[in-house]
Amino acid sequence: MSSIPHDHAPGHDGHHHPTGLMRWITTTNHKDIGTLYLWFSFAMFMVGGVMALTIRAELFQPGLQVVDPEFFNSMTTLHGLIMVFGAIMPAAVGFANWMIPMLIGAPDMAFARMNNWSFWLLPPAAILLVTSLFVPGGAAAAGWTLYPPLTIQGGMGMDLTIFAVHIMGASSIMGSINIVTTILNLRAPGMTLMKMPLFCWTWLITAYLLIAVMPVLAGAVTMLLTDRHFGTSFFNAAGGGDPVLFQHVFWFFGHPEVYIIILPAFGIVSQIIPTFARKPLFGYASMVYATAGIAILSFIVWAHHMFTVGMPTAGVLFFMYATALIAVPTGVKIFNWLATMWRGSMTFEAPMMFAVGFLFLFTMGGFTGLVLSIAPIDMQLHDTYYVVAHFHYVMVAGSLFAFFGGIYYWLPKWTGTMYDEKVAQLHFWASLITFNVAFFPQHFLGLAGMPRRIPDYAQQFADWNMLSSIGAFGFGFSQLIFLYAVVKCVRGNGAKAPARPWEGGDTLEWTLPSPAPYHTFETPPVVK
Amino acid sequence: MVRFSQGRPLAARLLAGLAALLPAAAHAAREWNFQQPATDIARQQIDLHSFIMWICVAIFIGVFGVMFYSIFRHRKSVGHKAAQFHENTMVEVVWTVVPFLILLFMMYPATKTILAYKDTSSPDMTVKVTGYQWKWSYDYLQDGFGFYSNLKTPLAQIQNREAKGEHYLLEVDNPLVVPVDTKVRLLITANDVIHAFWVPAFGLKQDAIPGFVRDGWFRADRVGTYRGQCAELCGKEHGFMPIVVEVVSKDDYAKWAAAQKTKAAAAGGDPAKVWTLNELTARGGDVYAANCAACHQANGKGVPNAFPALDGSKVATGPKADQIAIVLEGKANTAMAAFKQLSDADLAAVVTYTRNAWGNATGDALQPAEIKAARK
Repeated sequence: MSSIPHDHAPGHDGHHHPTGLMRWITTTNHKDIGTLYLWFSFAMFMVGGVMALTIRAELFQPGLQVVDPEFFNSMTTLHGLIMVFGAIMPAAVGFANWMIPMLIGAPDMAFARMNNWSFWLLPPAAILLVTSLFVPGGAAAAGWTLYPPLTIQGGMGMDLTIFAVHIMGASSIMGSINIVTTILNLRAPGMTLMKMPLFCWTWLITAYLLIAVMPVLAGAVTMLLTDRHFGTSFFNAAGGGDPVLFQHVFWFFGHPEVYIIILPAFGIVSQIIPTFARKPLFGYASMVYATAGIAILSFIVWAHHMFTVGMPTAGVLFFMYATALIAVPTGVKIFNWLATMWRGSMTFEAPMMFAVGFLFLFTMGGFTGLVLSIAPIDMQLHDTYYVVAHFHYVMVAGSLFAFFGGIYYWLPKWTGTMYDEKVAQLHFWASLITFNVAFFPQHFLGLAGMPRRIPDYAQQFADWNMLSSIGAFGFGFSQLIFLYAVVKCVRGNGAKAPARPWEGGDTLEWTLPSPAPYHTFETPPVVK
Repeated sequence: MVRFSQGRPLAARLLAGLAALLPAAAHAAREWNFQQPATDIARQQIDLHSFIMWICVAIFIGVFGVMFYSIFRHRKSVGHKAAQFHENTMVEVVWTVVPFLILLFMMYPATKTILAYKDTSSPDMTVKVTGYQWKWSYDYLQDGFGFYSNLKTPLAQIQNREAKGEHYLLEVDNPLVVPVDTKVRLLITANDVIHAFWVPAFGLKQDAIPGFVRDGWFRADRVGTYRGQCAELCGKEHGFMPIVVEVVSKDDYAKWAAAQKTKAAAAGGDPAKVWTLNELTARGGDVYAANCAACHQANGKGVPNAFPALDGSKVATGPKADQIAIVLEGKANTAMAAFKQLSDADLAAVVTYTRNAWGNATGDALQPAEIKAARK
C-alpha cells in the first residue's frame, strides 16, 4: 500500500492549470472542492449563527426590544434553512469529497466536472436566501418547514426561498450520485464493501437517502409555487386541496433528512473512536446493518412530526410504534462505540474529545427523542421549546460536534500542519459548556409550556430564556476560537504533521504524506 | 410560581434561574416542569413522562457510568494496553433485544392514554373553536351564541413602556367559559392559516386547519382559570393570541350562559336605526383595536414594506364601495384577510372610523344597511 504518486502541485504537471480565483472556480479536484464546501459551510454557519443570536437577543427579556415580530419570524425561518441546507449538509459533503477517495484508494471523485457544478450551485442559492431579506415584504417568515397556507401569504421573499431550495436540492442530488458512483466503482483492488471504512458506508447510505427524498421536497415546494402564482389548490381546502397534505409530503422528505444530517457524523465518529482507543471498531457488520436499518425506518416515521394535526387513532399508534423502534438500531451504535472504547488504550486529543462529547450529548438528544415519540407526551410538547432543545442536541451537539472532531482529526492530513492542541481543547470545553447553558434550559421552557417561534413570552419563562441567551452568545463566540485554530493550521503555523499523526490510525489516508499531494492514488493501492 | 417585577437586576434574575435548578426551590416548579394538570388526560401525560424519563435517566447513568469508568481506567496515560476484540454475537443480540423489550414496556401505557385522548364520543356539550390571524372565536353551538377572544395585554406593556402585568400575554377580553366536571368537545377549525389550540393544564393540543374540522375534548375537574397559547406558527402575531379558559361551577355556568343568550338576542338591535357619525366612530375605534391595529397599527401608519398605512391612504379616503369590498373579501395575495364574519354594524363602524380617524376627514358615516347591500 506504499503507492505514493509523484506530487502534482497545481500548475506544475504539464497541464494548463488556472491560478488564483479561476483555480477555485474551474477546479475538478476533489480536495479543492472539499475545501470549497467546508469554507462555504463555515461561512453559512456564521450567517446562520448571527441570525440565531438575533433570535436569542430578542428573547433575552420579555417584551419586544430588538426586532419586530415579522422580522423575528424571518430570522427563525432563515436560521433553520441556512443551518440545515447551507451549513450542516455542505459540511458533510465537504468531508465526503476530501475523504472518500482517500479512504477507498480512488484518484478522485467519479464525476469530477459534475462535482464542480454541484458545489458552485450553492453560492447562488445562499445569495438568494440572504438577499430575500431585502426584497419588499421581507424574507420568508413561515418557519423552515414552510407550512401552507401561511407560505401562500408571503411576498416575493418566499419565491426566492423556493427557488433556493430547488437549487440546493439539485446540488445535493448531483453530489449524492457522485458519491454513490465513486464508492461503488472506484474502490482499490481488495477493498470490498465490507472492508470500507465506516465513514464510506454511512455516506453511501446517506447518498441514497438524499436521492430518494430531495425530489420529494422539490415537488412539495413546486406545489407551493403553483398554489401561490398559478391558481392551483393543492393545499387550499376551498379549491379541493388539503393544507395537511403539504406536511405529509414535507416530512416524508424531512424525516430522512434528519438522518442525512446525522449519518455522516456517525461515520466520522466511527473513524475517530477506534483510532484514539487503538482498537478496531467493535461490531463493524452490525454498525453497517444498524445504519441501513435506521435509513429504512426513516421512511415510515414521518408523521410523528404531525401528531397534533388530528390523524386517525390507528395512524397515531402506527407512527408512535415505528418511531420508538428507531431507538433500537441507534442504541446498537452507541453500545458499539462504547465497546470500542472498552479496554482500549485511549488518549484524548481534540478529535476524541469531540467524539466523546458527541456520544454523551447525542444520547441525551436521543432520549428526548424517545420521550417525544410517545404520542400522548408529544401532545403536550409538540411545537414547544422542548422540541427546540431536542433537535439542537442532535444537530449541534450531534452532527456539528462530530464535524469539529473530523476537522481536527484530518486537518494535519489536509494542511501538513498539526493544529494547536491547547486552542482546540479550549474550543471543545467552551463549546461544550456554552452549548449546554444555551440548550439545556430549553427543556424546562418546553415542559413549562413555552411555544416555539414566538418573539415574546409570559413572565414565568423569563429566567430560563435569559440563561439560554447568555449560553447562546457564549457558544457563538466560542466558534471564533475554532476559526483561529483552523486558520493557524492552514497558514502552516504549527508543528509539521507526520504522515500518520495518530498512533491508532490505520486507514488508507495515513499511508499518504501530509499534506496529501494534489493527486493521490493515481495507481490504486492494493488492500490485502 | 415566582413572579418578577420589572427592572429586577440581571444578577438577581440569574440567581433565581440557578436557584430553580435546586430541588429545594419547589416554588419554582412551574418554571421547569409541566403546569398543574386539571384533567385526567393531562395527569396521565405527566405520569407517563415521569415514567419514561426515569427509565431514560437510569439507562443514561448505566451506559455513561460504563463509559466514564472506561475513560478513566482504559487510557494510555495509566498504562492500559489495548485489547483487540471486535465482536461478540451474544452481547450484540442482548443489546438489541433488551431495548426492544423496554420499548414494549413503554408502549403499553402510552397506547392506553392515546386511546382515551382520541375518544371524543358522548360529549356533554360542544363548542366550535375557530382560529383567526390573530385571535380565537368560540361558538356555543347548542346555545346559539358566540364571541371573539382577543389579547388584552396593552401594547404599551409589550413595547416596554409600562410595567408588565401578572398575566402578561396570557390574558384575553372574553375567555372560553365551561362548566366543571363536564365533557366538553371542541370542534376546531381555522379561518385563514393553521393555528393550534393548546391548553397545557388540559393536555389538549389540536391543530386548527382551515377548511377542515378536527375535534378534541377535555373534562376539567377543578374550577379555575387556565391559560394556553396558539402553538402553530401563524404569522406576525403568533405569539400574541392566547387562550384563556374559565372553568366555573355548573350553576355559575348556567347563569353565565343565560346572560350570553340574552345579550346575543339584544345585539341584533334595530336594523332600521340610523347611526350618527359619533356613534359609529366610537364603536369603530373598538372594532379597529380588536381587528385591525395589529397590522395597520393604532396610529394608522401601518408597518413600512409589510402593512400599508391607512392614514392618508387612497383606500380609506377614496370611494366607499372599494374599501367595503376589501374589508369584506380581503385582498388576494396579501396579508389582508376577509372580515365578512363581523356584523354589519361593526363593519360600518370600523370603515367609518378609518375614514375619519387620524388625518382622514371624509365625514362619511356608513350605515349598516350599506354593508348589508354590499355583501354578496
